[in-house]
Amino acid sequence: MGRQEEVILEMKDVKVHFHLDEGVLKAVDGVDLRIKRGKTLGIVGESGCGKSVTSQALLRIVPKPGEVQGKILLYRGGKDGTDEPVDLVKLDPRGKQIRDIRGGEIAMIFQEPMKAFSPIHTIGNQIIEAILLHTTDDKEEAYRLGVNILQKVGMSNPEQRMGEYPHQLSGGMRQRAMIAMALSCNPSILIADEPTTALDVTVQAQVLQLINDLKEKSDTAVIFITHDLGVIAEMSDDVAVMYLGKVVEYTDVDTLFHAPKHPYTKALLNSIPSVSMEKKRLESIEGTVPFPMNLPQGCGFYSRCKHAVDGVCNAADVPLVEVAAGHHVRCLMVESERTEQEVEA
Amino acid sequence: MINYISYRILQLIPLLIAISIIVFVIIQLPPGDFLTNYIAQLKNAGNDVSESMILNLKMQYGLDKSMYMQYIIWIKNILLHGDFGRSFQYNQPVADVIGPKLTLTLVISVISLIFVWAVAIPIGIYSATHQYSPLDYVFTFIGFIGLAMPGFLIALILIYFVFTQTGVAITGLFSPEFADAPWSMAKVMNMLPRLVIPVIVIGMSGTASLIRVTRGMLLDELSKQYVITARAKGVAENKLLFKYPVRMAINPLISTIGWTLPALISGEAIVAIVLNLQTTGPMLLKALMTQDMYLCGSFLLILSVMTVLGTLLSDILLALVDPRIRFGGVAE
Repeated sequence: MGRQEEVILEMKDVKVHFHLDEGVLKAVDGVDLRIKRGKTLGIVGESGCGKSVTSQALLRIVPKPGEVQGKILLYRGGKDGTDEPVDLVKLDPRGKQIRDIRGGEIAMIFQEPMKAFSPIHTIGNQIIEAILLHTTDDKEEAYRLGVNILQKVGMSNPEQRMGEYPHQLSGGMRQRAMIAMALSCNPSILIADEPTTALDVTVQAQVLQLINDLKEKSDTAVIFITHDLGVIAEMSDDVAVMYLGKVVEYTDVDTLFHAPKHPYTKALLNSIPSVSMEKKRLESIEGTVPFPMNLPQGCGFYSRCKHAVDGVCNAADVPLVEVAAGHHVRCLMVESERTEQEVEA
Repeated sequence: MINYISYRILQLIPLLIAISIIVFVIIQLPPGDFLTNYIAQLKNAGNDVSESMILNLKMQYGLDKSMYMQYIIWIKNILLHGDFGRSFQYNQPVADVIGPKLTLTLVISVISLIFVWAVAIPIGIYSATHQYSPLDYVFTFIGFIGLAMPGFLIALILIYFVFTQTGVAITGLFSPEFADAPWSMAKVMNMLPRLVIPVIVIGMSGTASLIRVTRGMLLDELSKQYVITARAKGVAENKLLFKYPVRMAINPLISTIGWTLPALISGEAIVAIVLNLQTTGPMLLKALMTQDMYLCGSFLLILSVMTVLGTLLSDILLALVDPRIRFGGVAE
């Protein structure tokens, strides 16, 4: 991790709170992440841990009444005339500036390709719309670029596909078209929000391969959101494990799989079925994710953690601590272990 | 597309035949006929009605033939000569009785329809995009009043209010001096301001329900994934709103055109009676009450044909705006 890496997006203490009648729902509660050019950051966690809302916060498309706080610094590399980063949180979510960034600088692929396209407009219409917004004003050139990008994502007969409607394509084809649309304006960051969840396994592998290929070719940074650790292992350079709106472990992919520190990460890894494990009950994490409203103080994982200590873990909020270079963990037990080792040494 | 349309039109033929038979049977169903009424009236008036006179009348009106013969003659004349039969009550061809009123009815109805769509759709869109805002509540409140209160009641209240305040009776479409005058520019100008009240009253419930439908449909669409996709592409909010969710929310409105067409002719009979409008609604009501067989038969037939054509029209429009229907339709 020592070599120089260009950070293009930095999230600092990002919070997304929904002020509802019943109270404040803290969907994302203080997330710090760094996105590096040409690298993939995997965000993994159970349903409802705030992965998707984090990605929506980046584009400022959090549904009402969600409020984004903190800092999201986007380094545009002089594209808008300055080297200063833009703080996306400060932008008007309906304004011109954020609309330039959406689709142009940061593009997104969604979970369900069946629903993500408008059923009454052709694929071509929807791709060209994005190109006309960000790349060119010339309709013919936009059409040409559209055909081009469809070809790049491996669509057969791209010109014919341009005139087809979403319901005429298969699920895998639609996800390819979705990726084509996202990449049509050469974004520097691609957010993939569970792009393979709704696809069958063979198509999944193709789509993952495609995203990896395109990433390498165009040096795009990818934020890959999934609950599938297998996919994370295949795709990511860095991984952030999220639990209850917080990052609980943040490190590079090798460390995560070979030396996980946080009890939640360990439990997640243990719950992956393995071919070599014979006749053993599959481990699962007891209980469910608590509802992120009116939570008690302390570690969010306290109620489900096997190593939790009463009076320590539930006393105060646990900070995210760097336990080794580039390895951040949010757990008091790990921290105390480390200090003991240091004392012994 | 042409396949789809011609297929739909072919389907209509057996449907229309069935409808015409059912209509004819239904108007014959009540006991007695126009003559029974007529003769009773003559007797009440003290006239002596002999058997031969009754027989004569029966022959004159064609009532001595069997029901299916009557039907065949009726349909044959409609198809070959455009002759809908004779109205007993007015002693005139049905076409001459309905014709002039139909024009006026269509004018009022089309204006009401435009009024309804022009008012309801923008309000519906506003209500959906500003859900739970103060104005949304205001529109919802007005909408429910419009839905809950029958049109004739609103008409009565308006007439009373205007009369007590200004002394002007706002019933009828023309001032007395124009009522029987032939059509002229002056007559039209006389009519226009008087159209306002009927149009508002007739359009009230339609507007209210259309606001609710538009609002509900649009709210459904607004949270759909494809809207978020478009937003994530960087499409401006207003452009996005009209290109995607509004287009989708319009579909169910288009499918209601089928029911709107017949309502244009028959709709709001009671309002028309209260407001003394010379439209077809009150005439249909009266024809049904006096068993004026060919008049109400023709009315019902026209209404049914309107419904069927309206449905065809909305199907074609739907196929035009929604590719999923266009491609699925023929294969079925």
